[in-house]
Amino acid sequence: MSDSKAIFLKDATVNAADGDQRAFIRKALGGYYVNRDLQKARYRDWERARDAASLAKWSAVNDLANVLEKFVTNFERNGGVVHWARDAAEARAIILKIAEDNKAKAIVKSKCMTSEEIHLNDALEKAGYGVVESDLGEFIQQLRGEAPYHFVFPCMHVKREAISELFTKHLGTAPTDSPEELTMIARRHLRQLYVDADIGITGANFLVAETGQISITENEGNARLTAALPRIHIALSGIEKVVNHLDDLSVLLPMLATAGAGQPMTCYNTLYSGPRKKGECDGPEQFHIVLLDNARTRLLADPEQRDALHCIRCGACLNVCPIFKNIGGLAYGTTYQGPIGSVITPHLRGLKQWNHLSGASSLCGACTDACPVRIDLHHHLLHNRRNAAKESPTLFDQVFHHGFNFVIKRPWLFATGGRIFRATLPLLQKLPLPYMGAWMKTRDLPKAPAQSFRDQWKNQNV
Amino acid sequence: MRVSLFVPCFVDQLTPQVGLATAKVLKRLGHEVEFRSAQTCCGQPSFNSGQWDVAREAAIRALGVFRGAEVVVGPSGSCVAMMRQFYPELLKGTPHAAEADDLAARTFEFSEFLVKKLGVTDVGAKFAKKVTYHDGCHALRELRLKEEPRQLLRAVKGLELIESEEGETCCGFGGLFSAKFPMISTAMVQVKGGALARTGADYVVSSDPSCLLQIGGWLSREGKPILPLHIAEVLANDA
Repeated sequence: MSDSKAIFLKDATVNAADGDQRAFIRKALGGYYVNRDLQKARYRDWERARDAASLAKWSAVNDLANVLEKFVTNFERNGGVVHWARDAAEARAIILKIAEDNKAKAIVKSKCMTSEEIHLNDALEKAGYGVVESDLGEFIQQLRGEAPYHFVFPCMHVKREAISELFTKHLGTAPTDSPEELTMIARRHLRQLYVDADIGITGANFLVAETGQISITENEGNARLTAALPRIHIALSGIEKVVNHLDDLSVLLPMLATAGAGQPMTCYNTLYSGPRKKGECDGPEQFHIVLLDNARTRLLADPEQRDALHCIRCGACLNVCPIFKNIGGLAYGTTYQGPIGSVITPHLRGLKQWNHLSGASSLCGACTDACPVRIDLHHHLLHNRRNAAKESPTLFDQVFHHGFNFVIKRPWLFATGGRIFRATLPLLQKLPLPYMGAWMKTRDLPKAPAQSFRDQWKNQNV
Repeated sequence: MRVSLFVPCFVDQLTPQVGLATAKVLKRLGHEVEFRSAQTCCGQPSFNSGQWDVAREAAIRALGVFRGAEVVVGPSGSCVAMMRQFYPELLKGTPHAAEADDLAARTFEFSEFLVKKLGVTDVGAKFAKKVTYHDGCHALRELRLKEEPRQLLRAVKGLELIESEEGETCCGFGGLFSAKFPMISTAMVQVKGGALARTGADYVVSSDPSCLLQIGGWLSREGKPILPLHIAEVLANDA
C-alpha cells in the first residue's frame, strides 16, 4: 500500500465518521445548489452552452503547441516576459531568480492553485521572503498552516468562531462573529502589504492566445491589487489554460461562475495586458508569466483522458460529489481535490501512488453531469482503475477476479456455488471475511432465499 | 414480443422475487418471457475493479447467451448499463464489436422497456402504500431514465409517491466500493437512507436492486420503519 493511500484511508475513516463536520459541509453547499440552478435557468440552453465551452477548450488543447506559441508571441509583444517550466522545481527556480534579480523582500499572492501544486510558498519562505496570501480564504488557510480544503473555497470547512479565534491569535484583533467584521480585519491587515510588496504573484484563469492577455476571475478584488500595486507581477499558469480567442471568454467566464459558485458572473473579471507602458500611471514595471507543464503533457499524450485538460477549475465537480462531501477536501492529500483531482493526480504524480483515489468512488457520475466543459470524469476513474490494474496488479485482485470469472463461466458451478453461499450465509456473515466483513459492520444482508431465481423458474416452467 | 430476461447474478441468488415479478408483469402485458439459464454475471464487478480482460470474457460470454434474443430486459439499471454502455466500450476494436453494439440496441432496463419501448405506463397494478423513489445512478446518468419509473408508479392504483430530499444523491453502493471503502459508503448511505426515511413512506422503491441491497441493509440495521422494494414487485402487485 502506498503511503498516500494509507494516509487517505486513515483520514477518510476519521472524517466520514464526523457527522457534525459532514453536516457543516452539506449546509455550506446547500445555498450553492439553489443559486446554481437559478443561474443555469437564465441560460437559453445550458447543455448547448456546455457544448460551446467544451469546444472552446477542446480546440485549444488539441492544438496546444500552436496556440501556446501564438499566446507567447502576443504576450511578448505586449511587453511581458515568458518563462517555460518543465516541472515544479524549474518553476520555483524561475520565480526565485526573478525575486533575487530584483532584490525583492516582500511578496503578496492572490489565489493560485498552481502555486500550491509547486509548493511555492515553502520555497519562497525558505529563501527568506515574506509571502502573504491575499485571498481571504487562502489567507485563513495560511494562518492555519493548512492546505486549501476546496480549490475554489479554500476554508469552507472552517467555522466562523474558529476564524475569529485565528485572527485574535495572529493579528491581535477582538473576537467577533460578524462575517463583515472578519473580512474587514483581513482587509485592513492586507492593505498595507500590497503597498509594501515588491512582487505580486497571481494565477491565471485563461490565457488568451489572440491578444496575449491573461484573464483572472475573483470575488474580492485582491487579485487586481496583487497584480497592479507591486512593481513586479508574476503570473503562474498551467499550459492548458490557454484559449484561442477573446470571444471564448464570453461563454467560459459566466459558466465558470455559474457552475462553480452559482453566480451569474464572478465579481471581478480582469484582463491583464502587459506591464505599465509609457504614459500610463499605474501597473507593474515587469510582467512575467511562468508557463508550467509539470506532467500536463503526459495527460495530453493520452487521447482517452486528454479532455481532463479542459478543466477550468470551477469546482463544480467537488460541490456535487458525495465522496468529497463525506470525507472532506483535506483527506485527498492532493492539490486538486474531488473528482477532477482523482482523475488527474495519478497522471501528475504517479498512478501507483494515487490510484486509490480513482477506486474511492461509487462512480455515481454526478461530477460528469456538473462539469461545464464536459470532462468525462467518472469514466476516467474507470480508465485509471484499468490502467492501474495493468501497470501494477495486486495479487488479491488477480485471484479474486480470476476466481470469480472461473465460476461465472460455468453456470452449473455458479448455481452450485450459489446454493452453498445461501446455505452458509448466516455463518459467513459472522466471519471476518474480506469484503463481506466490511459490509456487515454497518449493513444487513437480506435473508437468503431457499431457492434461487433459476431454480424457481425451472420449477415453474417445466 | 418475446422477451429474454436478464437477471442480475445477485438477484438470482439473494432476491429472486425481483426476477419473478419482472416476468409476471411482462406476461400480464401479453409478452412471452424466457430465461436463458446459461447467464450468470455480466462482469461488472471485474470491469469496475479495472480487470477489463476478465470483464471482456464475461461480455463475450453474454453475447453468446443472448444471441438471437428479440429483446433483453433486465430489472437493474446498473447491469443493463454494463451491457448497453460498457460492453461496446470493452469490445471496441475486437471482432465482437458489432455484436456488442447489436446487443446494446436490443437491451432495456425494465421501466424503460415498459414506457419507452412498449409505450405502457399503466400495467394494471394496485398498491395502496406510500412510496418514495430512489434513482439508481446508472439508470439516472448512464441510461438517462428519470421520468419512466415515476410514470409507472403514478399509474399504480392507490399508490402515493413522495419525493425525498437528496433525490439524485448516490446511495453509496458502487459494487465492491461498498466493501473496499466501507466508511465512505456508509457515510453516503446515512445521508441517502436518512433522507428516504424522513419521507415517512412505507417503502423505498427503485429500479436498481443493488441500491436496494445497500439502502435496505442500512435501514434494517438502523431499525428504520421503511422497507426496500423493487419497482417490478410494485408493478406485479395486482390484488
